[in-house]
Amino acid sequence: MLTIALLGVVILGIAGYVIARQRAVAVSGGETAALHSRPGYHGLYALTVTTLVGIGVFIVASAIGSWYLGSSMRSALADLDPTISGLQADRVLQDARAIATGGVTSAVDALREELSGVFSSVNATRVWGITILTLGGAIAALFFALQTITTEFRARNKSETIFRTILWSTAAVAVVTTVMIFIALIGETLNFFTGVLDWRIDKFLFGLTWSPLSGVHTGEMSPDKVGAVPLFVGTLMITVIAMLVAIPIGLFAAIYLSEFASTHVRAWAKPMLEILAGIPTVVYGFFAATTVAPFMVGMGASLGISVEAESALAAGLVMGIMIIPFISSLSDDVINAVPQSLRDGSYGLGATRAETIMKVVLPAALPGIVSASLLGISRAVGETMIVVMAVGQSANLTFNPLDKVTTVTVQITMLILGDTEAETAAGPAYTLGFALFAATLSLNIIALRIVRKYRQKYD
Amino acid sequence: MTDTTSEPAFDMAKLSAKHTSQEAEARTKRRHWAEFRLKAYGILAILFAAVALVILVYTIVAKTLTVTNEFYLSLDVPIQLTERQSATLTDDNPNTNANLENLIFQAMGVQLEAPHRGRSARPLKGLISTYEGFSLGEIVGANLDLIGGNYHFEALLDDNLQLYMKGDFGRLSDAGTAGPITISAGDSGDQVVISAASNAFGASRIAMREDRAAEGRALRRSARDQERAFNETQEALDDATDPAERNRLQKLLDGFGQQRDQIFARADAALTEATDQRNNFTLRTDDPSVFIRANGGWIKITEMEPERLVGTVMNPLSQFGEVPEGKWSGLLMTSPEAERKISDRQLLWMEDLKREDRIVTHFNQRVLFSSDSAQAELAGIWGALIGSFWTMMVTFAIVFPIGVMASIYLEEFAPKNRLTDFIEVNINNLAAVPSIVFGLLGLTILLSGVKLFGIELFDGLLKVFAEDPRSTPLAGGVVLALMSLPTIIIASRASIKAVPPSIRDAALGLGASKLQTSTHHVLPLAMPGILTGSIIAMAQALGETAPLIIIGMNSFIQDPPGGPLDKANVLPSLIYLWNNNSERLFDGKTAVAISVLLIFLILMNALAVVLRKRFERRW
Repeated sequence: MLTIALLGVVILGIAGYVIARQRAVAVSGGETAALHSRPGYHGLYALTVTTLVGIGVFIVASAIGSWYLGSSMRSALADLDPTISGLQADRVLQDARAIATGGVTSAVDALREELSGVFSSVNATRVWGITILTLGGAIAALFFALQTITTEFRARNKSETIFRTILWSTAAVAVVTTVMIFIALIGETLNFFTGVLDWRIDKFLFGLTWSPLSGVHTGEMSPDKVGAVPLFVGTLMITVIAMLVAIPIGLFAAIYLSEFASTHVRAWAKPMLEILAGIPTVVYGFFAATTVAPFMVGMGASLGISVEAESALAAGLVMGIMIIPFISSLSDDVINAVPQSLRDGSYGLGATRAETIMKVVLPAALPGIVSASLLGISRAVGETMIVVMAVGQSANLTFNPLDKVTTVTVQITMLILGDTEAETAAGPAYTLGFALFAATLSLNIIALRIVRKYRQKYD
Repeated sequence: MTDTTSEPAFDMAKLSAKHTSQEAEARTKRRHWAEFRLKAYGILAILFAAVALVILVYTIVAKTLTVTNEFYLSLDVPIQLTERQSATLTDDNPNTNANLENLIFQAMGVQLEAPHRGRSARPLKGLISTYEGFSLGEIVGANLDLIGGNYHFEALLDDNLQLYMKGDFGRLSDAGTAGPITISAGDSGDQVVISAASNAFGASRIAMREDRAAEGRALRRSARDQERAFNETQEALDDATDPAERNRLQKLLDGFGQQRDQIFARADAALTEATDQRNNFTLRTDDPSVFIRANGGWIKITEMEPERLVGTVMNPLSQFGEVPEGKWSGLLMTSPEAERKISDRQLLWMEDLKREDRIVTHFNQRVLFSSDSAQAELAGIWGALIGSFWTMMVTFAIVFPIGVMASIYLEEFAPKNRLTDFIEVNINNLAAVPSIVFGLLGLTILLSGVKLFGIELFDGLLKVFAEDPRSTPLAGGVVLALMSLPTIIIASRASIKAVPPSIRDAALGLGASKLQTSTHHVLPLAMPGILTGSIIAMAQALGETAPLIIIGMNSFIQDPPGGPLDKANVLPSLIYLWNNNSERLFDGKTAVAISVLLIFLILMNALAVVLRKRFERRW
């Protein structure tokens, strides 16, 4: 029924286009040059006004309708049986809804049957109300648009203003997304802070034990067991190993490719690095879990060192390989941006190519390289699939890269995917997510600031 | 004109000396050596990346090749149906299928001369895949003429048998076949006594010795762990003063000491057997298996002495007595029965079936064209492939219009004020947010709603479209669209910026409005670049896993989705699921899924490169 309403709006819009255009031609008496705007624009104006008003009314009416349905169901339940509340009430309402729509219910009893009757009648009102309001609004808008059609009416300008507003709103989607991320994370984080931690945030940030699900079967999460330091240390270790691999290799590769390489070498080296960049992280995770980790364990065994299968070393190594192309391409850009005049000056003074690079070009490109490294660190910190597949879940506080560790992203994944109820698991998961978001955002902002502040304009 | 008679400002001789002296030579050499080192580091770095890529591709391809073939058991099955089976097959309902597995088991029983009913038939029934009875039922149901005759049916082997045929559990090797043997009946039932030449079974003795030595070493290590625990407890006992505590620690100490002595004793026993020159072994289930094949039957050895062996008859021999050299073979399987997933009996059956050419291989189409299944041998990627397709459709439908419109606004219409700066900062920040945060965003905003201090702010936005949008391509598509938006905006802005101002000026000069200029002139010229950027962004979205797993697209879904509102899986999350599965056959299948994913990515990127070369104009 609701799709019929939307379809009706679309049809009215198209009809509006056709009618308005004909009307415009009629109004001008066949001489379209007398019109301010071409007939097509009058049609477009009618189309956009009708469709936008229709969709707007649909959204508002749907929101009101859903709220109305929810509140009448809840008040009906309260009238029929005031004792039920909370989660059980939700379940009863859900079952009533399922009975009415023909879905799967957990139980059937008189209360649910009656509620399903209430649901059916209120829902019918809701659907009819939305449909009528939407179609009515669309028709009203259509009439409004049609009566504007005169020879002086600036239809093109008006419809272009509407389109410009639509364009602006699509650009605002990015802002809306950031706001939504914020709301989504902050909501659960605040719930977690007030509920479990009772505002002792230091227990979360500085606590040394992480096993949030240990007290869950008794119904309470213990605030002493949600110390995130092992996770931070694990993430840090893997990031450090990844950066130890990625930064030297990426930087030297960029230096070689931009300063020394012949076109032959560049022709296969650049695509090779781009292929490395394009490989999905699941594939890297699979590679780390099935090839690199057993290799590390075997090598360790033959050297007499005990290496865990879920060590930070394997995951860090593969993550470093994944980040190499990122650092290499960003550094390549900054090194190429250093003007040739600096290099020529250095050569003129008798420096070798290597000395020019190390003493002139790299210092000039340093802000960009540092910013690239920070962005690489931010990627490593936020990386999920490689660590989920190659690293374990035991929150082990250790600085030994051969020991098993866990990271923030692994814990978020395991909490969400695990068997615990969504309500309880959400708290620590979203709080960790918020910490991750804040950390990567700050790293990015710092990286941008460094580039802006220290970059020198050579022109 | 300088005064030619004035003193020179520098001493030429001293300078020449400085730059041509031996120290100068050494300095120059050092500098050249530094340059060589820098070049070498660069080349090594590139080589490291290249080698890593090659190793990655090689492992994936190697694992993919292990599942390119499937193994089937070829049987002649007489189609004699029970009343109920014929009723099910002949009725008009296409949804009911007859399970004709009893016919298959009967044929197998005849072939292997083994029981095919009841509990003792379990090893036989475990040879083939669970639902083969239904496959046969479908075939007979489609062609009712087969009833009453014989049908040549190929039954898919169970996944453990597939692994065995590939050699994952090891292969039978020569146990040391030398000289004649004499087989005579033993003390009870199936037992037989074999007398053999003293140089026979050499290889199996070596295998047994190695096995015992390894066992001894492992037991020694475990005993040393016990020793460590013992010593620690001893220290704690020495430090403890409280009598109850001392009591507890003493008990622990005794326990550890006893364990340690026991394990040391077992280790010594194993090591003695390993080095014992007399070579007497009793073969247990955690030892390698040794078999004798003679006179059409199989014997499994249970005791080995230098010239006398005792064994159990697994498949009956035609006769006992002397068997000359060349007419019998001794075979060794180094992996013990306890560590394999197939029993010795099944192994011997497979050997016989192989000899009789009853095991056939076919190209593994199943992994590409069937949906996921709980049975490892039946699982395929088709469902996930369709799911990925629908998700990509939804993503593209959302992100392309919004991204292009936003970039047109930002490039053409946006005034240079703080608000525009703010929008641009937001876009750049979104590009760097970790993907898992988008998953959390999707989970709350789109699916389950946001609750603050118990007040529900709003319910999941996607609930408007479907009751439970959790694992649908719609939800996945929206999340991926939000993730790819910054990429597409940045790429589109670059191509719109590349259109020269002269085009815009010309259009404006002819009286077009700004919007007309943008849509009629700039956009078509920038479209190749925009499309290239979108294809690359879609390729990135195809490989995304983390956010989709968080919003629930990681469950076991058996049927491919019919549209964007059905529950589905995507290819990357299927890879994650299968990787978690401990069945070994999934290892190769995961590699197949990865190969398909990589092929699609390569195709999409190649398409983008081709488009860019053909259509992009250099102004």
